[in-house]
This record gives sequence, structure tokens and C-alpha cells, in this order.
Amino acid sequence: MQSDRIFGLVVLFVALAFMASATQIQSSFLADPVGPRAFPLMIGAVAVLSSLVMIFRPDPNPQWPTLPAWTALLVALAVLVGYAFALKPLGFIIPTAIAASVISFQISPRLLSAVLAGCGLSVGLFILFKFILDLGLVAFPSQFTGGG
Amino acid sequence: MDIFSNLALGFSIALSPYTLMLAVAGCFLGTIIGALPGLGPSNGVAILIPITFTLGLDATSALVLMTSVYYGAMYGGRISSILLNIPGDEPALMTTLDGYPMAKGGRAGDALVLSGVASFVGALLATIGLMMLAPLLARVAFLFGPAEYFALYLLAFCTLGGMASSNQAKAAIASCIGLAIAMIGVDNNSGMPRLTGGSLHLMDGVDFLVAIVGLFAVTEVFSFIESKGKSSSLGVKLDKVTIPWKDIFETKWTMLRASGIGFIAGILPGAGASLGSFLAYMSEKSIAGKDGGFGTGVPKGIAAPEAGNNSAAGGALVPMLTLGVPGSGTTAVLLALLMTLNITPGPTLFTDRPEVVWGLIASLLIANVVLLLMNVPMVKIFVRVLSVPAWILLPGVTMISFVGIYSLSGSYFDLLLMIGFGALGFFLRKLEIPTVPVILGILLGGNMEDALRRAMVLSDGDASYLFSSPIAIGLWIAAVLGFVAPMFLRRILKKPERVAD
Repeated sequence: MQSDRIFGLVVLFVALAFMASATQIQSSFLADPVGPRAFPLMIGAVAVLSSLVMIFRPDPNPQWPTLPAWTALLVALAVLVGYAFALKPLGFIIPTAIAASVISFQISPRLLSAVLAGCGLSVGLFILFKFILDLGLVAFPSQFTGGG
Repeated sequence: MDIFSNLALGFSIALSPYTLMLAVAGCFLGTIIGALPGLGPSNGVAILIPITFTLGLDATSALVLMTSVYYGAMYGGRISSILLNIPGDEPALMTTLDGYPMAKGGRAGDALVLSGVASFVGALLATIGLMMLAPLLARVAFLFGPAEYFALYLLAFCTLGGMASSNQAKAAIASCIGLAIAMIGVDNNSGMPRLTGGSLHLMDGVDFLVAIVGLFAVTEVFSFIESKGKSSSLGVKLDKVTIPWKDIFETKWTMLRASGIGFIAGILPGAGASLGSFLAYMSEKSIAGKDGGFGTGVPKGIAAPEAGNNSAAGGALVPMLTLGVPGSGTTAVLLALLMTLNITPGPTLFTDRPEVVWGLIASLLIANVVLLLMNVPMVKIFVRVLSVPAWILLPGVTMISFVGIYSLSGSYFDLLLMIGFGALGFFLRKLEIPTVPVILGILLGGNMEDALRRAMVLSDGDASYLFSSPIAIGLWIAAVLGFVAPMFLRRILKKPERVAD
């Protein structure tokens, strides 16, 4: 009940904000009868209606993760975000090994196997992508290898 | 005959040693992907699209490779359905109903081979149906103007929403999320930026591949972290694999009927493979009656959903290729693939680029034969794949997704977006909001708006133009029915529960 209501409220507010920002869209001299605002406004309206249905006729609550599971999910999320930022400046191998180890550890909490899985995946995937599939990946940051 | 000369053209493209090699490799890879617990056709194909794109294959080769992977994943999916009771994707759910009991009864090998043959029959008949029907529909599709296309897109959202969720409001919200995301970026008509919040990263809009990989693959990773990968243990032993000729022979009519039902279900825009396997299973169950023993591990209970499922997958290609409207999650992913390769599906595809269409059809036929030949003798190898532990598999999936998206644009922003979609997908899944309409919205949102605006330009702003032709009116009625009817049918057609251990 509550989950659907809360999500319905979130959708309602996002949809209203979406419609509000849609009214701010600039038209240009290339005018057509519908214009750039109408379709986003229609989508917003449908979303508002649906969110009201969700608020007033909610389904039973889903089973939410337990607190430890939430922690694991947040850790994984944080690691992935960090990984996204690290991939370019730090090269492929080191960030991938760390991120893959952490994800592996969150699924099955055994340190040694997680680290091994992370390192193995990192090196294995690098070889696969770089040498077999010929994608442009950088193994290490340029400071390590002393060149550009 | 037109069909034969076209088919000859297709085979002349698809039978070159290089493309044949791609087909075999794709089938092998696809079966493994499908067999891996937690990866199904849609997320398996999704994570491979960016990588295939970066490889720089030409359109036909990429198409052959990815359709082989797609068909392979459909084949492989049944392995985890039967042996682990874990359906790789929604349509495979029906296969678990009789497949898992049969495997537990010590006939795992028979169940695998039988389902392989049923898949082959379903896919083969559907491909033949596709060859006959698609050119006809392509001719009809020439009659479609912007008003008809707008109604057609609406129909796809309505039927998909109606089928995919048990709550219409939630399906509608999912479609709106997708459509709203599609609006972000520079407006095609006026050239002005819309809803970017001033961010330069969003000026080009949100790449649908980022959304697909996020919603399918990253969400899967989050779900596995939540469940700690508990569900993946091999409970059934597979002994010698022999070909159960008797079962295959006895289920021949079941396979044919199920293929027919599946194909028709697949053609309906938005309905797709889930409906195909569901209807095929339910109709065979009612034909067999109470004494049929459906649900206890009977051969017909395996043959029907597998033939229906694969046939629907072929049928779903009909609206996808001729009208550009996908019928299911996996065909949405295939549409994304075509769009990535700069191929616009639609009636003109058949006249302008016959080599793509018929090359695709020929490669479907080839993939199908390769899969049958590969799956019977090599099924033991694929079964071994099932025991890949989640703590190696899921980090691997994550990293492949990251590399794929990263190699598309080289920007951290797309990676962050992908993670965001993964988190969104996790919440949506928890709240039982289907994610496929989100994808469909992102893929079709731009086209849908264009259709509406072009229709309004033609009619000079008169909204009644949208209902002015018989085709358009028919589509509007079908759309309303497709959205409303499941609410009432749901009580009659209750989905069977999963088999519990």
C-alpha cells in the first residue's frame, strides 16, 4: 500500500515538474500547429492520471530488501559510480579489478574468491576486448607506462 | 516466385563463409548467454549491441551475428528453465511448468532435446510465416500516413502495457517514463533544446542503448546483490542424452498448433512471445483435458510453450520489420540494434534494402538449423555453463556493460546514466512496474511525436484527422481494447503459478 502511494506521489511531482518545464520550451520561427510543447504536456498529463490511480488504488507492498541488503546495494551503487569516474583517468585494469571484486563480494561474501574473481575478470576482459575484439581501451594511466 | 528469388538473394549474402562463421559463433555465444542464469535474450543481446557496434562490422554481418545470438539465447533459455526452474525471461516461464517436473523425474535429457526440437519447429514455421506475410504487410504499410502511425504506436503501448503488467496504471506510468525520456534533447522540428535542464550532456538526448543496458543488465546485477545469488544451484542431474523419438513424434500436432498460435500472438504489436507461449500452453492444456497431466512433466507441456515461444519470436519480427513497432522486450532490443546500425525498419526497408531483410531471414533459417544441430550433441557443454557461480558471472556482466557503453561515447556521463537506469529498473521491478514499456517509449517516443506533428501539419491542426481513415479508426479501437480488455480477461486467464520445489 504505502510503497505504491509513495511512488505515485513521486511520479505525480515529477510529472508536474516535467509539465512545468515543458511549458518553458522555446518555440522557434519554424512553427508547426502542434509545436514542441504539446506532446510532452500530453505525456505529463497521462502520467499524472496514472499516478493518481496508483495513489488511490495501490497494490500490496512488495518485499523490500532487508537492511544488510540495502547496505550491499548502496555499496555496489557507490562503487559503480566511482568506477564510472575512474575508468578514464586510471585506465581499465585497476578500477575494473576493484569494482568487480566489490560487486563479487556483495553477491557472495568470501574475500579471497571475490578478489580472485575481480582480478581474473579484469585481466581476462582486458585481453578479450583489447586484443581479440580490438576495442580502444587503455590498460594503465599514462603516468605508469611513461607515455601518452 | 518472388519469395524464392528473394530468398536466393538472402542466402547469397548469408551463406558466405564469413557470415556463416558469424552465425555459428553467434549461435554458440547466444546459447551460452541464454543458459546463464540471470541472463536472457533481452539483456544478453542488450549488453552485446554496444560492443558489436564498436567492432565496426557492416550492417548485414552485425545483423546476422546478433540475430544468431538472439535465437541462440532463446534456445539456451530453456536449459535454465528446465534444469534450474529459473526462466531466463518471461516467455520461458511456461516451459518451467512441465520441463522442471520432467527433469526432476529423471528425464532431463529427453526434456532438453524435446524442447530443442519444439523450438526448431516453432522458429522454422514462424520464419516461413514471416517470409509470406511480411512482404504483404509491407505493402499495406505503404498506406499508412502519419495519423495511422500515431495510432499504431499508441496501440503498441496499449497492448504491451496491458499484457506486461497486472496493473494498467503502472504500465502507463512506465510508458510515460520512456516517452518523457525520449523528449529530452534537441527538438527535431524546431531545433530548440528541450528539457535538458541546461546540461550539455543531454543536448543529444539519452542514448537508448544506455537505457537498455541499464534497465536490463545493471538492474539484474542489483537484483542478484539483493538476493545474494541464492537461487542458482543445479538441482537436477543430467545423464545420457538420447533423442526421444517417441515423444517427438507424439507431440507433432501439439508443436504445429502451438506454432500457429504463437505466430499469431507474436504478430500483434505489443503482445509478443509471453502471450504466445502462454496461449500455446493453455490451449494445449485444455485440449488435453484433465487427464493430460499438464504440470506434472508431460512431453506436450514442454513442446507447446517452446514451439509457441519461438514461433511468437519470429512472428514479432513481422510488425517490427514492416512497421517499426516491436512486439516484445527482445524485439525492442532488436529494433534498437537496427537503429544503431542506421537501418530504419518500415515498409521502405523491403523495397530499398531487400538485401538486409532477406539476408536477415536467411540467417534466421541458418541459425535455426545450426542451433538444432549444435544443441543435441553439445547440450552437456551448455549445461556446464549453468554452474558458473553468480559471484563471477554478475561482476562480469557489469564490466561488459560498462565497457560497451564506455566504448560508445567515452564519456563518464553515459556510464552514470546507465547506473541511474539500473537503479530505476530495480525500483520499478520491486513495484511490479514493467520496464519494457520504458524501453519502447525511449525507442519510439521521437517517431510517435513526429507522426503526430506531421499529421497536424497535414490537417492544419484539425485533431479529427487522427481518426479520419478506416485503418486509423481500427487501430484506435484495437488500442483501447488492448488496454482495457486485459483488465477483464485477467480473471478468466489466470497465469499458472511457478512450480515450487
